[in-house]
Amino acid sequence: MQEQISAPTSVSIALAGSGGSGVMTAGTVLLAAAAKAGAYGVMVRTSGPQIRGGEAAALVRLGPQPISSLDDGFDLLLAIDWQNVNRFADEIVLGPRSVLIGDPDEGEAPEVFQATGARYVPLSLKKMAKEIPGCWINMLALGISGTLAGLPLQALQDAVRESWKKPDTLEANLLAVARGAQAATDMAEQLATNGGPMAQLQDAGASSTKRWMISGNEAAGFGAIRGGVRFVAAYPITPATEVLEWLAPSLIKVGGTLLQAEDELASINMIIGASYGGVPSLTATAGPGLALMTEAIGLAVAAEVPIVVIDVMRGGPSTGIPAKSEQSDLSFAVSGLHGDAPRLVVAPSSISDCLGATQWAVQLAEALQAPAIVLSDQYMGQSRAIIDRPADSGSTTQRLTAPANAPDYKRYRNTDSGVSPMAIPGTEGVSYTADGLEHSEAGIPSSQSKDHVLQLNKRERKLALHDYGPYWADVEGDADAVVITFGSSSGPAREAVARARAMGVNLRLLVLRLLAPARPEQMAAALQGVKHVIVVEQNHGAQLYRYLRAWYDFAQPPASYHRPGPLPLRPGELLNALLEWRKAQ
Amino acid sequence: MNDIVNDTPAVPVPVLTAANFKSSYKPIWCPGCGDYTVLSSVTKALAIMGVPPKDCAVVSGIGCSSRIPAYTTCYGFHGVHGRSLAAATGLKVARPDLQVLVAGGDGDGYSIGGNHFLHACRRNVDMTYLVMDNHVYGMTKGQPSPTTEPDWDSKLSPGGTGVRVFNPPVVALASGANFVARAFAGDLHGTADIIAKAMQHPGFSFVEILSPCVTFRPEQRDWRKLVRPAPVQATDDAGRAARRLMSDDGLNIGVLYAGNRAPYQASVRSEGCSVADLEAEFAL
Repeated sequence: MQEQISAPTSVSIALAGSGGSGVMTAGTVLLAAAAKAGAYGVMVRTSGPQIRGGEAAALVRLGPQPISSLDDGFDLLLAIDWQNVNRFADEIVLGPRSVLIGDPDEGEAPEVFQATGARYVPLSLKKMAKEIPGCWINMLALGISGTLAGLPLQALQDAVRESWKKPDTLEANLLAVARGAQAATDMAEQLATNGGPMAQLQDAGASSTKRWMISGNEAAGFGAIRGGVRFVAAYPITPATEVLEWLAPSLIKVGGTLLQAEDELASINMIIGASYGGVPSLTATAGPGLALMTEAIGLAVAAEVPIVVIDVMRGGPSTGIPAKSEQSDLSFAVSGLHGDAPRLVVAPSSISDCLGATQWAVQLAEALQAPAIVLSDQYMGQSRAIIDRPADSGSTTQRLTAPANAPDYKRYRNTDSGVSPMAIPGTEGVSYTADGLEHSEAGIPSSQSKDHVLQLNKRERKLALHDYGPYWADVEGDADAVVITFGSSSGPAREAVARARAMGVNLRLLVLRLLAPARPEQMAAALQGVKHVIVVEQNHGAQLYRYLRAWYDFAQPPASYHRPGPLPLRPGELLNALLEWRKAQ
Repeated sequence: MNDIVNDTPAVPVPVLTAANFKSSYKPIWCPGCGDYTVLSSVTKALAIMGVPPKDCAVVSGIGCSSRIPAYTTCYGFHGVHGRSLAAATGLKVARPDLQVLVAGGDGDGYSIGGNHFLHACRRNVDMTYLVMDNHVYGMTKGQPSPTTEPDWDSKLSPGGTGVRVFNPPVVALASGANFVARAFAGDLHGTADIIAKAMQHPGFSFVEILSPCVTFRPEQRDWRKLVRPAPVQATDDAGRAARRLMSDDGLNIGVLYAGNRAPYQASVRSEGCSVADLEAEFAL
């Protein structure tokens, strides 16, 4: 870990082991315990390619402020065993100040970790666990890591109590947490004389705000329901399945329906059918599924049927890297339909924003009778965070519908706004046929130039004229050098900008939430006084950079910092890139 | 229940006729196409059902026969190629109050839409699927479909595809359709009767309609002479129906199978939960 760029106010812990060792559970309880102690935090899950039983690691970062990404490195790696844990060496970056705990009975700590200079503390975890009949070894790990991080034993034990599902083993595991805490306390003395104590959570104090613990995928699902979605068609795909699995029981509670489809071609067409019937509808998928859905998304454009498709992006192309994050579906989302097909593309900027951005996307789709793609990604979707309760914007879905027996009703009437009243089946006297064929205002198939141009203009105009308000982007600061980014890159970018400011390098940050349609006027206003632009994103092809250059005027060509997944962008990595960029000017 | 119930409405319900369901748009079909009479059978069947046009939705994919929704006064949905059953499934599950009729051709339903056909049968959502089967892709001007004879010569498959034909009623039966029938487009009233029975039957009803393509398959004009009423009554025994369908020549007309499987039922809302209540699981 590079000392000068680490954020001193947070502590980062990696818990690793083979599948079944319970590190994910320990990580989740650690996060819950941190919440009890008034802290914020995030937990990123990482695992090997095996479906079950492979190596796994819970990557946890805790701090007194809301946390939007992992840090550059880890203060602690605690491995329950070493089976293939060395495969995580790129993800779990250690340095001389880091602490490395492993069970010597499970073999030596892998060379790749030892070589970082991390302080190695052998601890016979298995033997310790055996001394407490009925306990789980991961609870020992929880006690050790939580205590080293500075969490009180009470918070750790309370969090265990609340999550425990097997009453007969609770006492043993509470004892395991306490034994782990004791071992950590003993260890702390040893560490103090050997390079100094491990980084500890500053006293966060009692939390003054209402907080949630939620994953990005759950947040997106909840945003959908808050936005008014009551029909979901689902086809499982990593890393989007949790959106659908959360929605399945939740929709029933609010009177909605989830239907499992036979494939993505079916799921997209099912939601178009349901929305045609007047019910706000959504599906969630990842890149391969989005690719299959594109023909029908074009139908939603042409037939003007509101739908929302959440794309939880993963490494591509093709099957790519299913369980790892990458922002590489951007080009596809903004331009991947045949014909001239205006669509909405919205990107949440954090785990918390997965809720707000999805809710917004539902409302935009409904208001504009157009498909909206929500570009989330695996890094946000499958990570869990402690966040401030996102306020419910309260705004509900508003679709412009046709009243019964509306005189001279034409479904695709060429209105000033481009939005025309949609007749919902069951409404007397305004029936029409929704059509993917180009059509006249009345909806009758037409191959005439005048109808084509009129409908193309109408569909473009309704998106272009809409007032998207200030939510289209988050603009922070007023420096003449700006970092433009989107999605999960926003977290590390925001942290890098903050660190740069602390070093006296003032930067503006612009996080795009509305990717399509492009907003040249709003962008020009947001970039007022800007001389230098750098675009930051996690893909190989600089997709956002190229998109921005196509749609926006810049005083001089922007710079670009981009690299592909699977490794997340790190704040320190970005800080170095930003400092270098500024130095070059 | 009260002993005295006056069910007679104050205003008499207008009796619907086929004309109430026929729109003013002129079909694009070739003169002599079987689909004209299927359209008449559909509007007649809808009149028999008595559900007003505003509460009926006709959903289709792509192809000659898939143009049918706009030729009715019902709500129509003319979607993408092969996906009519998926769109109709979403519509019916989201809006169970609607009468949903799905229509299309053999290419749309059995080739590009084949997977949805299987799953619509097994899902058994309460809707009716009409396939106007003419054993050819007409809209693209004469290519073999899954029901085209293997030796049928065409530009795309000179000398024939050499591939055996697909047996739609058997596939429907094997996949779980709750009602399987075969009709002939030339028999307007008989087909209307079968379509009405299909719509009345709960669950997923499948009607294979032999509908001649006089342009690319002029020999299908002979179907009129060849079709015959099925020699036996419909059965609710899927095994028996399958044996009959496997051995017939594809020209027996009538209801072939009427099962008693319960239709798909969406989960019922649990009581007393609001959207705001959902956040309890996240709150710390």
